[in-house]
Amino acid sequence: MADAAVAAGFWVQAIALAVGGSRSYFEAMSHDHDHDNELDPFAARVRALETILTQKGLIDPAAVDVIVDTYETKIGPRNGAKVVAKAWVDPDFATWLKRDATAAIGSLGYTGRQGEHMQAVFNTADTHNLIVCTLCSCYPWSVLGLPPVWYKAPPYRSRAVIDPRGVLEEFGLTLPATTRIRVWDSTAELRYLVVPMRPKGTEDWSEERLAELVTRDAMIGTGLARETA
Amino acid sequence: MNGPQDLGGQMGFGPVAPEKDEPYFHAAWERRALGVTLTAGAMGAWNIDESRHARESLHPADYYASSYYQIWIKALEILLKRHGFVSDRDLAAGKAVDPAATPKRVLKADDVPAVLAKGGPCDRPVATPARFKAGDLVRTKNFHPTGHTRLPRYARGKQGLVEAVRDGFVFPDTNAHGRGENPQWVYTVVFDGAEIWGESADPTLTVSIDAWESYLEPA
Repeated sequence: MADAAVAAGFWVQAIALAVGGSRSYFEAMSHDHDHDNELDPFAARVRALETILTQKGLIDPAAVDVIVDTYETKIGPRNGAKVVAKAWVDPDFATWLKRDATAAIGSLGYTGRQGEHMQAVFNTADTHNLIVCTLCSCYPWSVLGLPPVWYKAPPYRSRAVIDPRGVLEEFGLTLPATTRIRVWDSTAELRYLVVPMRPKGTEDWSEERLAELVTRDAMIGTGLARETA
Repeated sequence: MNGPQDLGGQMGFGPVAPEKDEPYFHAAWERRALGVTLTAGAMGAWNIDESRHARESLHPADYYASSYYQIWIKALEILLKRHGFVSDRDLAAGKAVDPAATPKRVLKADDVPAVLAKGGPCDRPVATPARFKAGDLVRTKNFHPTGHTRLPRYARGKQGLVEAVRDGFVFPDTNAHGRGENPQWVYTVVFDGAEIWGESADPTLTVSIDAWESYLEPA
């Protein structure tokens, strides 16, 4: 079964590449298969593994349910947006966030797995920050949730460090030629959160309203905060 | 290892192609893959470095042909077999056939929120003072270990500036192989784009890595 799954994955990927996409196996497979997993060899493989582990008493399937629910419905980029909005309105918090991001973010209740050692990096008029993990998929789960597929896939991981402007163009972001670009490769256990610049015309906005301008991509560096107009 | 995971600067993978309003999961089995991987990891038989190394040890053709959660599951099967929890006979049968090793613990549903909120900090005290300080010029080593390492190929043998001294952290190069945590100081080291990519580099680019102390020498 393993070889068959590999072969299937390879050819779907090859077909996806041939039609001009870089998306992997499940992006071609996915939406058709949510209700029909028995026919998908990889779904069967995962189900078998879960069955074996459950029968041996090694995992609790209810714990799997809670993990999935946590990352699908409870932890996501709205956490990070609140951190950014607070940094925009509260200079003391911004200073704390710069100095000790783990503690400052933890004070808002965002702690835990893949957010144990946080660093916040602030965009300025001169410098744009971009986060990547070229070696795997390191990402600040506690403030951004699970990473999107593109963040974990070879095109982004290979190019962010050598051609960040080309990557940003694919997100619709063209930076001035003079803007310095700093790419942070998350090669250790530090997890990075980009604090984008506060949009103009928001001087009297509340923290809650400001948070709505802070997109996930802005906190990775593949976007900017939304403009107000 | 110079494996398929070490992607920085590789070419030919095509555009990033971000997906609008992307869902967290693209198939129901991906939900289970995430949860099973985390609950199995909670048994405490292996650490995050060993699991990363299992993923990057997949054959390159397999790694590149696999989706992210496929890589996770393939590596998880390897880890479960290595540590005696699952056998080839179990996998062939699709059900428990052979007895399993005894796990250190089994994560119960009620304990999940606390376990996730606690996370797994990997900062550790280091007995010796930090060798480098912010502002020091350093050069990364040019090495090619066959085991796990977190120094990417594109950043080997390059001169950079220590921007920050971080904490002491578990050393992945030994921890991945059951040879101990051996914590070392970690530094954020920043390189000019041209130091890494040569004459074609974007002149506005700097790239930083987080490097364990033994990856670095004075420049």
